[in-house]
Amino acid sequence: MDTRTVYFDNNATTPLHPEVKKTIIKGLEIFGNPSSMHQFGREARELVEESRATVASFIGAAPEEILFVGSGSEANNTVLSLLRCESTSCACPLSGKNGLVTTAIEHPCVLNTARDLGRHNHAVTFLGVDKHGRIDLDDLRRAVTDKIGLVSVMLANNEIGTLQDIKEVARIAHEAGALFHTDAVQAVGKIPVDVKDLDVDFLSLSGHKIYGPKGIGALYVKKGAPYCPFILGGHQESGRRAGTENSLGIFALGKAVAMRALEMTDEEPRIRAMRDALKAGIAASIPDVLFMGHPEHCLPGTLNVSFAGAEGEAILLYLDLAGIAVSTGSACASGSLDPSHVIMATGVPVENAHGSIRISLGRENTMDDVTYMLEQLPPIINRIRDMSTVYRRR
Amino acid sequence: MATKWTYSDKVKDHFMNPRNVLREGNEEDFHGIGKTGNVKCGDEMMVFIKVDPATLTITDCKWQTYGCASAIASTSMLSEMVLGMKLDEAYKITAKDILNALGGLPDNKVHCSVLGDKALRVAIDDYYRKNGMEDRITTQTAKIVCECMQVTDEDIEHAVLEGARSFQELQDMTKIGTGCGECQEQAMATMSGYIQKHFGL
Repeated sequence: MDTRTVYFDNNATTPLHPEVKKTIIKGLEIFGNPSSMHQFGREARELVEESRATVASFIGAAPEEILFVGSGSEANNTVLSLLRCESTSCACPLSGKNGLVTTAIEHPCVLNTARDLGRHNHAVTFLGVDKHGRIDLDDLRRAVTDKIGLVSVMLANNEIGTLQDIKEVARIAHEAGALFHTDAVQAVGKIPVDVKDLDVDFLSLSGHKIYGPKGIGALYVKKGAPYCPFILGGHQESGRRAGTENSLGIFALGKAVAMRALEMTDEEPRIRAMRDALKAGIAASIPDVLFMGHPEHCLPGTLNVSFAGAEGEAILLYLDLAGIAVSTGSACASGSLDPSHVIMATGVPVENAHGSIRISLGRENTMDDVTYMLEQLPPIINRIRDMSTVYRRR
Repeated sequence: MATKWTYSDKVKDHFMNPRNVLREGNEEDFHGIGKTGNVKCGDEMMVFIKVDPATLTITDCKWQTYGCASAIASTSMLSEMVLGMKLDEAYKITAKDILNALGGLPDNKVHCSVLGDKALRVAIDDYYRKNGMEDRITTQTAKIVCECMQVTDEDIEHAVLEGARSFQELQDMTKIGTGCGECQEQAMATMSGYIQKHFGL
């Protein structure tokens, strides 16, 4: 039994950074409620604010523009739900201008919130994408009517790695009088992201995608942008997100971001080189493959590839038996019986979605991992094609 | 990492060491061939049988599957189950029998195993047809509307009688159209027909 393991599923989640682990262990001692005025509370508060400053500075924001939330999903729900506000007394003057423009390839937490808005009579437009997963800016211009209060477009796609031209998207949204939100969960910590440069009103990020723990995320809210709390209750997070702060998660997120600030720049070319080697190796050793995503505007470490005549879940599980972890866009592995909505949106035949796997690299991967993958994958694809009703080797 | 695998040991065994796969080139040696599903839905299976004409017993069963681990393991398991079986006995094998032999599958994977027994029945029918025994064909004459989920017009009629009036309700009851979705138009038309027939609406 091969005991070697290779983790190639870093877009799903990442292992904790060793420095983050240390921070968590130290943080376990700091139990005070950050809202308490006594020294126990003050100690926790100080570290929470330190993390806030770290996260803020990493994305070019001011500390008071950062809210800590429970997840990227919560951050995204919070922003899209601003469109629901009908109160005349709050700071959300979006009533009557409560439509949304988003894309067909967003994360389910945006898609399903958008669909729910649609069921509640909000005008909602899902922009299609081209074969590389990019939206058409002219489509966007046409979609942002005077009914649209918010445009939400993800920065980097989690499945195919495609980057959108967020700067331009934000400009178009603003010109049309709409607010702009970007789900940057997959981008922050992998590529440079600056909220001022992009000129976004809202941005979501998540801890567990950047070697931090699960259950902690952050939402950037531009100073002066309309805002209503999604979770009502106490006065935490300046009254913008109730619930006793997840102080341990916040300490850890701060450390995870600090480590990204130190390591990201040097790491990016290394990860990109591994991804390119994987792509070249697969193309050279396996016939009839299709690479998904944009050839240039893409995350450094995401490779999505589809194999004719091989079903994704089978590929994933044979790789798992070889100790290699990937994910798949196949319907059979999704639990929903639908193949990846992202790959379907790019217009490739449905067979390509069923036969796709996503390899996503991270800081712990090495060229040895790439070599091992390139040894293991071709015979696995052969083996599956050999059993298949639809593929015959020429 | 010593964690329990995704599926049962039986499934794992058949997935890792699939039995009786038909390798290339000798399809014509078989007396009956059956195919179900299609690649668009994510599962497609073919079953090939050889039959002893004197005893009407299956002497060989081979298969090809495009699909997930459950689909591969199901057809592999089936190919072992039917060896030496009389045709009329093999005809009665259900998806449940295959599931039990595999030690079960998670609920959301059961649909991946429902094509094998159907493909086998199609192969047996094929044998009967080629050998002038059409009278033995007892497969229902229901027409398949949804290839992916193998939903027939009879299933749709049943769902209408059970109260389905919208496509959503029909889908909840039958899982129709949850694969490639190409059958939606035909499913709606079929449903409307039965609503008209039974309720005059």
